[in-house]
Amino acid sequence: MEAEGHKLRTRNLRKTYGYVEALADASIKVSEGEFLTLLGPSGSGKTTMLMAIAGLNEPDSGDIWIDGKLATHLPSFQRDIGMVFQNYALFPHMTIFENIAFPLQMRKMDSGKIRESVGRVLETVKLPDLANRMPGELSGGQQQRIALARAFVYEPSIILMDEPLGALDKKLRDHLQLEIKHLHGALGITVLYVTHDQEEAMVMSDRICLMNDARIEQIGTPDELYFQPATVFAADFLGESNLMDGTVMKANRKEMVVSGPGETTIRGLHNPELKPGDKCKLMVRPECISVLNGKARSDNSIAGTLKDMIITGAVTKSFIELPGGGEIRTTELTRGPLATASLGQEIKLGWPSERTVILKAADPSS
Amino acid sequence: MSISASTTEAPPRRARKSALLRYWPLYPAFLFLGFFFLYPVILLLGLSFVDNQGALTGEHYSRLVASSTYLKVLMITLKIAGWTTVIAILAGYPVAYLLATVKTSTRNRLIIWVLMPFWTSFLVRTFAWIVLLGRKGALNQWLEALGLVDQPVAMIFNFAGVMIGMVHALMPLCILTMLSVMENIDTNLTKAASTLGARGGQAFWRIYFPLSVPGIAAGGMLVFITALGFFITPALLGGARETMIVQVIIFNIQEVLNWGFAGAIAVLLLVAVLIIFYLYDRLLGLSTLSGESSLAAQSSSRANPFSRLGKFLGGLFIEAMASICEKAGAFYDHIFPRKANRPSRRHSRRVIWGAGLAIIGFLALPALFIIPVSFTEAGFLSWPPEGFSLKWYEGVFESNVWFRAALRSFIVAIFAAFLGMCIGVPAAFLLVRQSFLGKAAVFAFLVSPIIIPNIIIAVSLFYLYSKLGLTGTTVGLILGHTVLAIPYVVITVMAVLKNYDVRLDQAAWTLGASKLKTLWLVTFPLVRAGMIAAFMFAFIISFDELTIALFVTGGEVTTLPKQMWDDALLRVSPTLAAVATLLLLFMSGVILGSEFLRRRSKQMG
Ligand SMILES: Nc1ncnc2c1ncn2[C@@H]1O[C@H](COP(=O)(O)OP(=O)(O)OP(=O)(O)O)[C@@H](O)[C@H]1O
Ligand SMILES: [Mg+2]
Repeated sequence: MEAEGHKLRTRNLRKTYGYVEALADASIKVSEGEFLTLLGPSGSGKTTMLMAIAGLNEPDSGDIWIDGKLATHLPSFQRDIGMVFQNYALFPHMTIFENIAFPLQMRKMDSGKIRESVGRVLETVKLPDLANRMPGELSGGQQQRIALARAFVYEPSIILMDEPLGALDKKLRDHLQLEIKHLHGALGITVLYVTHDQEEAMVMSDRICLMNDARIEQIGTPDELYFQPATVFAADFLGESNLMDGTVMKANRKEMVVSGPGETTIRGLHNPELKPGDKCKLMVRPECISVLNGKARSDNSIAGTLKDMIITGAVTKSFIELPGGGEIRTTELTRGPLATASLGQEIKLGWPSERTVILKAADPSS
Repeated sequence: MSISASTTEAPPRRARKSALLRYWPLYPAFLFLGFFFLYPVILLLGLSFVDNQGALTGEHYSRLVASSTYLKVLMITLKIAGWTTVIAILAGYPVAYLLATVKTSTRNRLIIWVLMPFWTSFLVRTFAWIVLLGRKGALNQWLEALGLVDQPVAMIFNFAGVMIGMVHALMPLCILTMLSVMENIDTNLTKAASTLGARGGQAFWRIYFPLSVPGIAAGGMLVFITALGFFITPALLGGARETMIVQVIIFNIQEVLNWGFAGAIAVLLLVAVLIIFYLYDRLLGLSTLSGESSLAAQSSSRANPFSRLGKFLGGLFIEAMASICEKAGAFYDHIFPRKANRPSRRHSRRVIWGAGLAIIGFLALPALFIIPVSFTEAGFLSWPPEGFSLKWYEGVFESNVWFRAALRSFIVAIFAAFLGMCIGVPAAFLLVRQSFLGKAAVFAFLVSPIIIPNIIIAVSLFYLYSKLGLTGTTVGLILGHTVLAIPYVVITVMAVLKNYDVRLDQAAWTLGASKLKTLWLVTFPLVRAGMIAAFMFAFIISFDELTIALFVTGGEVTTLPKQMWDDALLRVSPTLAAVATLLLLFMSGVILGSEFLRRRSKQMG
């Protein structure tokens, strides 16, 4: 069937709450063992998507396949998925042991085996001594790990996590990110993960599904999303970017030539959606821009005045004002070529054409 | 570190003095309840230990024990209260569950109907049941018309009548208490259970139900205690065999004038109440009564044999229900397999809606039957009403008695509510905002007027007033009703304040507002809706109050409920239906008005 080869697949999922469209046209394919992250601003439909896959809300239309089998309207308990909730959702009236044993009891495992599995999974999350405590008696980080243990213990083939680390402090979050990634590698499970923290998404994911306003904006590896964003929103949401207005002049199969700010001509990657004469946006990451000294050349170059420099630690950010208005930001290692420059100085910047992304100008309406 | 270290040192004298001052908001409440509640109750209970000459004696108690009558009445009282509680919980639970699991807007709309019996006068409801269930009542007429019965079925003036009346009166209380617990159950928990492999019924019994048990216990407890003090419903809807203990107390005071013996029976009732509270505390912890911290109470696994037994039996019950649900669900799925390509049928949801709406109908509709009857031409309450006539209304409006009773009720209720607010609001603020030693005890004292059966307060006040010369005065009535209003004000205002974000006040302080200014400009506007609700609550409690009025009016001044009661004892005539209809209109006006005010101040907030 069409869903074959994918662990999880959705097609044109749509969900509305009254007049609010919470999810539209969502199609994803997740392979076995993959770590896919749904990333997007608040209210972009991440939770709605996850809930639909978990069987916790009924999509208005569209389909879901799990393991190649249609599962759109199957109840949650028949889907063989595990879910980790943002606020953990540990059952407050059960001990940690009872919490973790719950899914095994639902699967009618005998009590000796249950004891063994719970002990093993508690070892895995490094909390072997907490079995008899109540959830209310654990710290946030511990509760989080128990929630993970409860989702892992019955070895579901897909685990869904809705901002599982959202409530934790930065340090613990960094630590648990690595732990989750490690568990993912060790157990070979498929993970669908939700976060609105782009750094977390970059660190953990095989692929990222970027969502915006109930729609999927772009799906790709962190590298693709970062260096080849498909839309202005994607370029803006992930990391820092320089966005400049331009008009397409020429296009061939590989490259496009665009008239950029201040009478410049800039070469960038081909975008099949655009044709000569179209308005467009140029995007370059700050770290791809370098200072051109003396005779040095680059595919693209532009001149401006150095306005400001900020040392943030290992990297230094510079702000260069363009003659026709507008500004370009660069980042380079501290004590790099710009270190000797003084404010107000005229500077020439350059960057390669394969690092220049040409995007459709965003609708004026949005 | 330095802050916590300094608090352990002995406070200097000035600090101690200001600590006394710090509790000033409690003093009005303490003084008032001390004098008009605690003192007279102690006086009354003391009476049971002295004879006519004032010498110490045990004669009242030996008489109490000697005759089996009183023990029997106590047993009947416990039986009636017990069954009322069981039925109120069983019928109220689906409603509370429905309310807890629908959208907020739907919930607010449904709650108005649930509260309907709460707002419609006590006596109106009782008369409605007579119209509906009497020998010539609507239901019997219909049954006969349908040919289901040959003779009218006796549905009231017996045990069933008492049950219907009492469950109807008390179920809203039970539902609201259970709802307050259910609302705090994280909806993700049942979802989590279902992703972990639990079927709907299993998730409910293993997760949702255990978490709602504190609500059931608290609701049941409140219903039981309140039911123990009932006498109006059993007197009007029950037969001779459904005599409750309060009726015996009233008999001893009004007919026999034996205060000492009445006091002894009151002690018996009070002891029964206290024993029940004690058992409840051992089993679940009193803190669960306020509907919160139920989990803390559970997790600190109170290690006494009682609670362990309770836990064990509860566990068995839950296990049984869960596996029944699982088997049934699996069987159903076996016959009608789930289709992955079609939305599943949510029968269970439909069943809950059906049951919930039926029960809400039971709560809300009966009062409406009183309206057509008030326009009858016949000389007695009968169904269907004969012809159309306004003569009963004319009678009401022409008679001075009804007008004066209504006016007095209104004045008393306004003043009692106002006084209750003045005394209760500061205390509520202190209880929410400060933590101090003995806070739980203070709270218990402030709300004890609703735990102690009203009749005991009424009789005690009667005794006190007879010494102060307050019997038969409007002031006496106002003071008595204030005693009852204070607990409701305290509870309502505390509930509002608990949801209030104190950081708003702190923000105002940092912005330069004084404490008083903050209270006036920030806090009050934000909690205004809650304050209006508290006032309305107190008003209605007083407006509908009969027990205290029965005693302290001394037959001279009268309130609306008292006038209706006196009339009903003589003859249940359509005049009462007319008065009840007017009352229904008035109350609806009050409720709608306060709802309007509440919404408006909410929008502004
Ligand atoms: N139960 C609901 N009823 C009505 N609207 C809802 C409901 N759940 C979500 N929405 C709406 O659907 C949209 C998407 O919500 P969703 O919870 O999926 O966002 P999200 O991406 O998970 O956001 P966040 O990062 O804040 O969790 C939002 O506009 C939200 O207001
Ligand atoms: Mg979310």
